[in-house]
Amino acid sequence: MLGTGTGDGLQLESLKLMRLFNLDEVSLRELNQALHDCNGSDEASAWTVTNTKGKHAVAAGIDAPLEVTVNGHVGYYCAGMNKQGQVTIRGNAGPGVAENMMSGLVRVTGNASQYAGASAHGGLLVIEGNAGSRCGISMKGVDIVVRGSIGHMGAFMAQKGRMVICGDAGGALGDSLYEARIFVKGEVAGLGADCVEKPMAEEHEREVAQLLEQAGISGVDAAGFRRYGSARKLYHFNIDNVDAY
Amino acid sequence: MCGIVGLFSKSPSIENHLGELLARMLIEMTERGPDSTGVAVYRDRAPGSMTKITLLSRDGEFDWQGMNDEVSRVFPGSGSLKSAENHAVVTIDAPASRFREWVAGEHPELYINSTGTSMEIYKEKGLPSDVVDRFGVSAMQGTHALGHTRMATESRVTTEHSHPFSTGEDLCLVHNGSLSNHNRLREFLVKQGLDFYTDNDSEVAAGYLTWRLREGMSLDEALQAALLDLDGFYTFAIGTRDGFAVLRDPIACKPAVMAETGDWVAMASEYRAIAVLPGADQAECWEPEPATVYSWSH
Repeated sequence: MLGTGTGDGLQLESLKLMRLFNLDEVSLRELNQALHDCNGSDEASAWTVTNTKGKHAVAAGIDAPLEVTVNGHVGYYCAGMNKQGQVTIRGNAGPGVAENMMSGLVRVTGNASQYAGASAHGGLLVIEGNAGSRCGISMKGVDIVVRGSIGHMGAFMAQKGRMVICGDAGGALGDSLYEARIFVKGEVAGLGADCVEKPMAEEHEREVAQLLEQAGISGVDAAGFRRYGSARKLYHFNIDNVDAY
Repeated sequence: MCGIVGLFSKSPSIENHLGELLARMLIEMTERGPDSTGVAVYRDRAPGSMTKITLLSRDGEFDWQGMNDEVSRVFPGSGSLKSAENHAVVTIDAPASRFREWVAGEHPELYINSTGTSMEIYKEKGLPSDVVDRFGVSAMQGTHALGHTRMATESRVTTEHSHPFSTGEDLCLVHNGSLSNHNRLREFLVKQGLDFYTDNDSEVAAGYLTWRLREGMSLDEALQAALLDLDGFYTFAIGTRDGFAVLRDPIACKPAVMAETGDWVAMASEYRAIAVLPGADQAECWEPEPATVYSWSH
């Protein structure tokens, strides 16, 4: 039975050793503090978090090679800013899961809400269910693999990184896209401004196969994906548009 | 930011604890809306052609006993008036319009929170935990209920600015978001004969639905029309005599989660408000799609 103390050093040390956090019994602050106390360390350890009940910012701000299993649904910003951590959410994630992730892996076994992986710079985000709107908005280098479908405005203003959607994509996919690359297996409801379909070469199929394997997604054939990217007409200055400025 | 919750019972055990569960959901939404709190509870349907009315005193202290006597005299056959702080519920044997007219003439200090047959609306400034205590929400039983916690963004924090807003007999609206065309729309609706008590944008959304329903549209049609006529951000929950409906704007920035079990259907701004319900971890959970009307009824 874990205590519900105020988080003095001694108690936090004992909590860390147990590596099981029941959020009915210890506070979210204590969990995140214990995770942050590992920041900068190379030690890999396994953690389990239970009774999350939609709480916000669960396991946000990790900067160590920790393996964290979150059993239950989470609210906003779970595993936000993750660096090195391997976070698995066994349930659904609220808005902004893995927001601004730098490296490591975040896996959601259920569905993710809006702006999953927003502005993430690196690492891999895997969503085994569906993702909501604005998935990968302003992504800056992360790879995102979604087993199901995504909502509208996926990869909005996405700058760098790759997105693999095994199901369908909602409207305005890739609006105002920079250099991120998008692969969709199912239907695309519509493309956003400056997003165009590009030819799918063999090298791209290999890339998709590799990402699916990395994501541990089986039963999806890498053949049959379509590739989307930027037409590069929007973000390069065009003298013909000078009147618009 | 605001918090919305809705709970629709599919079993007697939920009906018996409806208020208690709704109160817990609302308290989870405290951070989303600490300014004011409101609930619409559907319970104790008025018999026959009787009309149920929720009154709100704007003057704080009010002589509800005196009001009870007066209502019995003016509207013979009325039920006894039940007061809770600055609110009171009374059933009368007359149409709501007659009561409204009488109150406007004799008691302009009173605000009519709701009219219908089973809906009661309670709303007040303050934290959810305080407001639900003041009105004894936890002890309420009923078939379904909506609640709102408000963080004011575009107009003042008063009781009248609080949600839910009545949109007609047994109909009410709670809103998370902000509308950008509410001033012009209010001017239009005033010309159609609607009354507004505040400068609040959500009251305009409620007025809009009232007008559409008055003009003969079904609730579903009125909500489809709202998608074209309301400009702004919104997740709406609309309470009806037999259930509730949910609508998000086409951009759908404002969060919404729905969940269902064999015993209940719930909606909330965030899952954590649903997590307090029995069996929530086994519930089917999903996000309502943008620009899509969802509805449940008994």
